[in-house]
Amino acid sequence: MIGGPQGSGINSVAENFAKACIRGGLHIFANIEYHSNIKGEHSYYRLRVDSRELHSHVDWVDLLVALDKETLFGDLNKAHPTHKGHRHEVSPGGGIIYDAAFKLAPESFGRDDISLFPVPYMDLLIDSLKAFGKDRELSKYQVMVNTIALGASLGLVGYDFGLASEAIKEGFTGRKASLGDLNISAAQHGYDYAQKMFNHNPFPIKLQKQTLGAKRMMVRGVQAVAIGKVKAGCGFQTYYPITPATDESEFLESHQEEYNMIVVQAEDEISAINMATGAAHAGLRSSTSTSGPGFSLMAEGLGWSGITEAPGPVIVLWQRAGPATGMPTRTEQADLRFALHAAHGEFPRLIIAPGDAVESFYDTFDAFNYAERYQVPVILLVDKFLASTYRDVPPFEMDGMKVDRGDMLQESDLAKNPDYKRYQWTDLGISPRSRPGQKGGIFWTTGDEHDEYGHITEAADVRIRMMNKRMRKVELASQVIPDSKKATLHGPGSAPTTLVGWGSTKGAILDGMEELKASGIETNFLQIRYVNPFPTELVTRILSGSSRKVAIESNYTAQMAGLIRETTGIAVDGKVLKFDGRPFSQNEIYEGVKDVVKNGMREVSLSHA
Amino acid sequence: MLELKSYRTQVHNDWCPGCGDFGIVNAIQMTLLEMQLEPHRVAIFSGIGCSAKTPHYINAYGFHTLHGRVLPIATGGKLANPSLTVIAVGGDGDGLGIGAGHFVNTGRRNLDFTYVLYNNGVYGLTKGQASPTLPKGLKTKSMPAPSIQEGVNPVAMAVASGYTFVARSYALDVRHLKTTLRAAIEHRGSAFVDVLQTCPTYNDINTKEWYAGEDLQSKAPRLYKLEETGYDGRVSDPTIREQVNSKKGNALLKSFEWGDKIPIGVFFKMEVATFEDQLAHRMPALGEKPFVEQDIYNRDVTPLLDELT
Repeated sequence: MIGGPQGSGINSVAENFAKACIRGGLHIFANIEYHSNIKGEHSYYRLRVDSRELHSHVDWVDLLVALDKETLFGDLNKAHPTHKGHRHEVSPGGGIIYDAAFKLAPESFGRDDISLFPVPYMDLLIDSLKAFGKDRELSKYQVMVNTIALGASLGLVGYDFGLASEAIKEGFTGRKASLGDLNISAAQHGYDYAQKMFNHNPFPIKLQKQTLGAKRMMVRGVQAVAIGKVKAGCGFQTYYPITPATDESEFLESHQEEYNMIVVQAEDEISAINMATGAAHAGLRSSTSTSGPGFSLMAEGLGWSGITEAPGPVIVLWQRAGPATGMPTRTEQADLRFALHAAHGEFPRLIIAPGDAVESFYDTFDAFNYAERYQVPVILLVDKFLASTYRDVPPFEMDGMKVDRGDMLQESDLAKNPDYKRYQWTDLGISPRSRPGQKGGIFWTTGDEHDEYGHITEAADVRIRMMNKRMRKVELASQVIPDSKKATLHGPGSAPTTLVGWGSTKGAILDGMEELKASGIETNFLQIRYVNPFPTELVTRILSGSSRKVAIESNYTAQMAGLIRETTGIAVDGKVLKFDGRPFSQNEIYEGVKDVVKNGMREVSLSHA
Repeated sequence: MLELKSYRTQVHNDWCPGCGDFGIVNAIQMTLLEMQLEPHRVAIFSGIGCSAKTPHYINAYGFHTLHGRVLPIATGGKLANPSLTVIAVGGDGDGLGIGAGHFVNTGRRNLDFTYVLYNNGVYGLTKGQASPTLPKGLKTKSMPAPSIQEGVNPVAMAVASGYTFVARSYALDVRHLKTTLRAAIEHRGSAFVDVLQTCPTYNDINTKEWYAGEDLQSKAPRLYKLEETGYDGRVSDPTIREQVNSKKGNALLKSFEWGDKIPIGVFFKMEVATFEDQLAHRMPALGEKPFVEQDIYNRDVTPLLDELT
């Protein structure tokens, strides 16, 4: 773990370290916690490395790298303290790298079971700058102490320096290339110092590269979703800046020239969703991306998209801790019910909740197909944790991915039908669509109830038929989309305890299951991926065969457990919940489930923060 | 061959007899005919309210959207297919009350489309409440008390927001309105037309007779045409900052003239790069064909994946 004030560059340290590990054949899991603040507040980045594949983080730290004192001791001296620092999280036998200039007495750490590695960050930085004749511009390069710390941590665990320097170099291209050399030199100074100075008390944990298998990507949720959009042929993305969604739109905008994709920064999320719906009606695959506060504003536009049977947009909802502003940079899964019910009235919508970056890629791609096939808005329900967490995965396999644009008419089709009706009654509820500009395809569309032409009506019989037509589309989607996409049972087909979760808790649950198994608690895990259409029969079948069902969710009210009860009549036996804005760790899953299984607790609320 | 009925629908029109909306719809249809625009190349977008029923009465692609949201939806439609002639219409409450944020920000973008404001000072469909353009102190017949909020000036707002064509016309002067609409549609960039309009049912102040000046001692019509006074709102060289500023200043000054004399006509006009031009500069393919006519469904994303390895 590396911690420091925001703006101190902990991201590049953790991400370069992670990249170096992946290129050395190791597996990583890297996630960041930060404040809603530009500079100064405490942030930390956890990087877990192992020789086996990882899906989660843990709450203990083997090596803590502190760029400031607050990372060690917290902010207890402040008027409104928020945390106690991380020194108590270091596992016995672990170590701490910190600035020798802090001049800390070993006793001040209150730990005699860990090793301390003071490193003179600034002296080493000055030394490395000297070689480039830049030591007089120290203030300009001060932030590079992060790279000294990176080097020192690599040196301490004895990892291959070449891999790290390669990763550093790639971060500085073009005009910044010279900075790359400067940073590599700084890292080298840190590395050499740690190797030389601490060999009398060597750190017991060593990292060694392994034989490299096939290439792996280091990917986080926002990237996976964005690449899914590119692959799906999205031609129009709108957004209003909001944490943690904006990175996705910026990724798309930075690649718009290669892929011909319009990205518009709208004046608010009301505009964002409506622009996207307008573009969808005009025939372009479109999407928007936001978080809870923005989605609140989108409710109205969502309803318009629903009643006008627009072929989209795809709406990516990166949940964060709410309500209102809540905790903007922290994670939560509390918008499940909101996504299901947002906007007044009743209309069809599809909701998919991928469990990791890989699923996010495929679900995003499918979302565009569904939007056009069923002419509905499709919501992708993801969260801050998934957005910002890196894992190493194989490059996405793309065989068999096919764009399905649904029932789209060409001018030649329209020429055969002089009486085209955009909302024509059909058995399936889906009316073939034209797009503006096509000869013979003129249609009207309205947020009022309407007839087959799209003209306003308040006739009771037409209303009933139109409601049936629209609502039937979810039933159709439910029949067509295979159950294998909607939910997955991980682990053994039957187990004394079934864990039930959705979205980004997947990784921690998978790793937690291993830990539970090792201590004799046998579980399997029902991961629900489709919120709507909900796999009612499948979930009923799996859960009615399970003697103990434990819901695991990052919210207060166990929203998925409620939805399961609503749709299947089955109540869970226990709930493991977390609503402190931090993601579940592997050990929290272990502890929470154990409390339910061994200690008979009905509801466990966790926080390791 | 195109004729006026090519632009008409059979949909029952439920506007009140004598409504100013009729004049506007007629003028739009006459303009489309005059410009020989084929109905399927035209998309009409509207918000919510009496005026918002406009698309249903015009034979063209029609989008009857949400209260205040006509401009975002029209923006999406236009960007998806810049080859369309897009006309957005809506009332003064729709555009300058609930939709004011969109009005301002749409002006900043300068898309090549036209926005027609049906400005009658009242919310008609909800039975005559004050709209944002009703001047302070006035009380139309169904209001319980005079308005204690200032009215906004649509022309001034449009100039300040960045619309590159800003004009005013009158619903009952179909000839002037048609000329103005044509100029607006032909303008490359965001065109805004403030159409003064009567509401015979709820606005008993700004009536046809009032616009005709029947209450004035002079009995002279209140409306006069800017172009007949030698006023010229056109910027000849948008690269000359002083010229742009002074033309905008003149337009603002003129726009506040209200009372016994009310100017109509073109207040401001300037041709600069549109939003679409700027996008096409980034993505040359957009300059050749709208994205809806291109195959963007077989993209190779491997370079993006390679970046992550």
